[in-house]
Amino acid sequence: MSDIVSSPSQNIPRGLTPGAPARRDIGIKQRYAAERRFRAYGIAAVVFGLVFLLTLVSSVVRNGYTAFVQTSITLPIEFAEKVIDPTGKRASDPKVLISANYPVLMRDALVKALGIDPSDRVLVREATTMVSDSARIALRNKIMADPSIIGTTGNVTFLASANIDSANKGQIDLAADEKDRKVSDRQLGWMKQLTASGALHEAFNRGLFLSGNSSRPEAAGLGVALIGSLYLMLTVLALALPVGVAASIYLEEFAPKNRLTDLIEVNINNLAAVPSIVYGLLGLSVFINMMGLPRSASLVGGLVLSLMTLPMIIIATRSALRAVPPSIRSAALGLGASRMQMVFHHVLPLAMPGILTGTILGLAHALGETAPLLLIGMVAFVANYPASPLDPSTALPVQIYMWASEAERAFVERTSGAIIVLLFFLVAMNIGAILLRRRFERRW
Amino acid sequence: MSISLLLLCLSVIGALAFVLGRARATALSGGRSSSMHSRLGYHGAYAAIWAVLPALALVCVWLIVSPIIIDRLVVKSFPEEVRTLPQAELNLSYGMVRSIAHGMRLLDGQELAAVDGGSADLQLLLAQKGVPLAVRPTGYMIDAANKYNGMREVSRMVMSASAILLSLLCAVYGLRAIAPRFRARNRVEQVILGALIVASSIAVLTTVGIAFSMLSEAARFFSMVPAHEFFFGTVWDPRFTGAGSQTSGTFGLIPLLAGTIYIGLVAMLFAVPIGLFAAIYMAEYASARVRSIAKPLLEVLAGIPTIVYGFFALVTVGPFLRDISAEIDGLLTGSYTSFIEAQSVLTAGFVMGVMLIPYVSSLSDDIIMAVPRSLRDGSLGLGATRSETVKRVLLPAALPGIVGALLMTASRAIGETMIVVLAAGVAARMQFDPFEPMTTVTVKIVNQLTGDLEFTSPQTLVAFALGITLFCLTLCLNVYALYIVRRYREQYE
Repeated sequence: MSDIVSSPSQNIPRGLTPGAPARRDIGIKQRYAAERRFRAYGIAAVVFGLVFLLTLVSSVVRNGYTAFVQTSITLPIEFAEKVIDPTGKRASDPKVLISANYPVLMRDALVKALGIDPSDRVLVREATTMVSDSARIALRNKIMADPSIIGTTGNVTFLASANIDSANKGQIDLAADEKDRKVSDRQLGWMKQLTASGALHEAFNRGLFLSGNSSRPEAAGLGVALIGSLYLMLTVLALALPVGVAASIYLEEFAPKNRLTDLIEVNINNLAAVPSIVYGLLGLSVFINMMGLPRSASLVGGLVLSLMTLPMIIIATRSALRAVPPSIRSAALGLGASRMQMVFHHVLPLAMPGILTGTILGLAHALGETAPLLLIGMVAFVANYPASPLDPSTALPVQIYMWASEAERAFVERTSGAIIVLLFFLVAMNIGAILLRRRFERRW
Repeated sequence: MSISLLLLCLSVIGALAFVLGRARATALSGGRSSSMHSRLGYHGAYAAIWAVLPALALVCVWLIVSPIIIDRLVVKSFPEEVRTLPQAELNLSYGMVRSIAHGMRLLDGQELAAVDGGSADLQLLLAQKGVPLAVRPTGYMIDAANKYNGMREVSRMVMSASAILLSLLCAVYGLRAIAPRFRARNRVEQVILGALIVASSIAVLTTVGIAFSMLSEAARFFSMVPAHEFFFGTVWDPRFTGAGSQTSGTFGLIPLLAGTIYIGLVAMLFAVPIGLFAAIYMAEYASARVRSIAKPLLEVLAGIPTIVYGFFALVTVGPFLRDISAEIDGLLTGSYTSFIEAQSVLTAGFVMGVMLIPYVSSLSDDIIMAVPRSLRDGSLGLGATRSETVKRVLLPAALPGIVGALLMTASRAIGETMIVVLAAGVAARMQFDPFEPMTTVTVKIVNQLTGDLEFTSPQTLVAFALGITLFCLTLCLNVYALYIVRRYREQYE
């Protein structure tokens, strides 16, 4: 404003009607215009943030919602003994059933269903690529679970291959030249034929939640990652919550104010800002290299994430403890409670909603963390469920990273689907935290 | 006896001691609990603490010390010609002995007998149990493994027996101490206080652990590669080679640091104006309703995992920028070649900038709100418009705090990993075109440490040198930022 006062005469009134009383122009118009511009910048900034958020979410949802549906092909399979066990030794030699030529069963059924000439090799090969390679494993598991079906005929549902799945969901541009797309016109014709007969159909994709990882997009699932993330969260909850609450109680209620506690305080604030990848290096060097814990285990991941979440929980707990009014403490002490009794019987229960809210937010943060887990080897290809936290496993965000690095187009759909699952959990946890705060928050 | 069973035993003894202690206190009080100094439960807890804590401490010490002693003894039992081998080879054969011992614990009696009789192949048998051995076990190794297993067994048994004995003795001691005038509560509270102190020192231990682990591994790296070559080298070419080969690459930090700072700068270029304007709008202009909706929505941006941003940059932003640059090029020159690559400084910086918006805006929002009401009212009262108040009064007053907030945001930009891993590229080069890919310190840490590792090669250990550089950088930024913010707060208190 100093320049407004000092430079009134520079603004010579323009456009004033001659008869009107002279008004000193203090640049009100310009100032209001500047005011409106400034306001518009602010609105633009907020709108930009919101638009980006909307674009991000909608792009993920648009790419990913189809991952929850999967195209399958149901075929009547003849479990022919001469194909599965031509030598008849399956009773004595278990390897026969493991290494039998299962794709032939699927091929024969497909050829029959499509009515093509079994001797035309090119046609037959083109037809069999419509079904996922995982058909072999599906058939093997079915027969090994119940060998008595050999010799009978039964319907088996196979996953369609990724290309057929994409074509069926309309993700492949059919107007493009046949050479440029991954599904031929002949396969499209067969697809229509199978759809008409009811063999080709779409269903909810259970495999996305139950299967382990696979190099074939249509068979890849999040099962292992979900269990790994569950183990991680349980470890973090079991370690970071009690230790964090205990540390905050000491710092907030008992610690004398001196250099040492000041140091701890600065330290905790700094730990909260240490890049997460540094925690990964710590875990690799201390837990794996020095203590000899197994690589890729979710226990190590949980330990690392606990250390990372600890400062967040401590900061949240301390502010929750600070929010409990001193009158509660005075009343408890006045009635003869010891300091320990005051804290554990009165202050802590009142601070609990705040602590839990902070913990949930800390857990949500840990759930989405990727970088430290990459360093401790949780980025392994794991196809089997981990039975304990010491078994190799992956986690939800790491699985997203691994799929994001895959070249195949169909993995984009899977990755987006996995992101939707991850965001769903995060939203659920955050809403839980908000509800908790609304329900139990007390204004003193 | 396994460790978990032992722990179960100890907790049973502890629970028993609690019940007995309580019962003894009840008996002593004669029905009037006011005749005791402490409430009955505290006497029980006192006994339980005595029963559990010393025994647990014993188990911990034993578990740390006994492997070291066993290692020494086993190595001593090696034949002379093995013991005089160089340390590295000795470690190798000792590692073999340990995996053989581990494998033999998985075998049952029948299989063990077969191995002893020489009728079964140990290597094959162990491979079936999931313990692959690198070389054929020789005679002395099997003997040593047997010895190792035997000593381990004895050590475990002695440990379990002494832990349980100690637990019982201490429980009796704790129970005997219970008396009407005994201050059980004070003692129990002392133990709880001790536990609280231990918990809060874990935070300090983490820092020490970070510093120690990084320093020790980085020291090993610097023993192989001179420090000045690392810190001042301008070429990054680690040259991954097979195990055992002696070629080492060049490890120059400068190109990585340049990429880190460049991408961080681009990110701040997006985040700072947008975040600041958003914060000013929220603090000064927005109605309560708009604020209550827009603020949490903006903060959602901070809650989205960085891997999601990375994926978004990879599949949406990167290709979009590439295509749009081709269009622009087409309009200007008619050649339709894209001058922005899909993985580029701009892509990574832009997406990271968006990620940082909520950090900038919520930190600055707090700081602007903390400027005393009187300053704002004085300015408005003198006839300044709101924007003038913000520009001439609030921002200068809040400047130190905002600078602190920006430094914290910058440290986040430097340490960010997943966005740059997916969007910035892996080529370590020094150039100033924002449309070309560059790489960062964090990307290289991830690259050097994923896959099979051996902890002896500079290719792996360089990650720790990079890590400690990163840690120091962010630590300095944060300490300085905290210092500024603290001083700023004091100014208005």
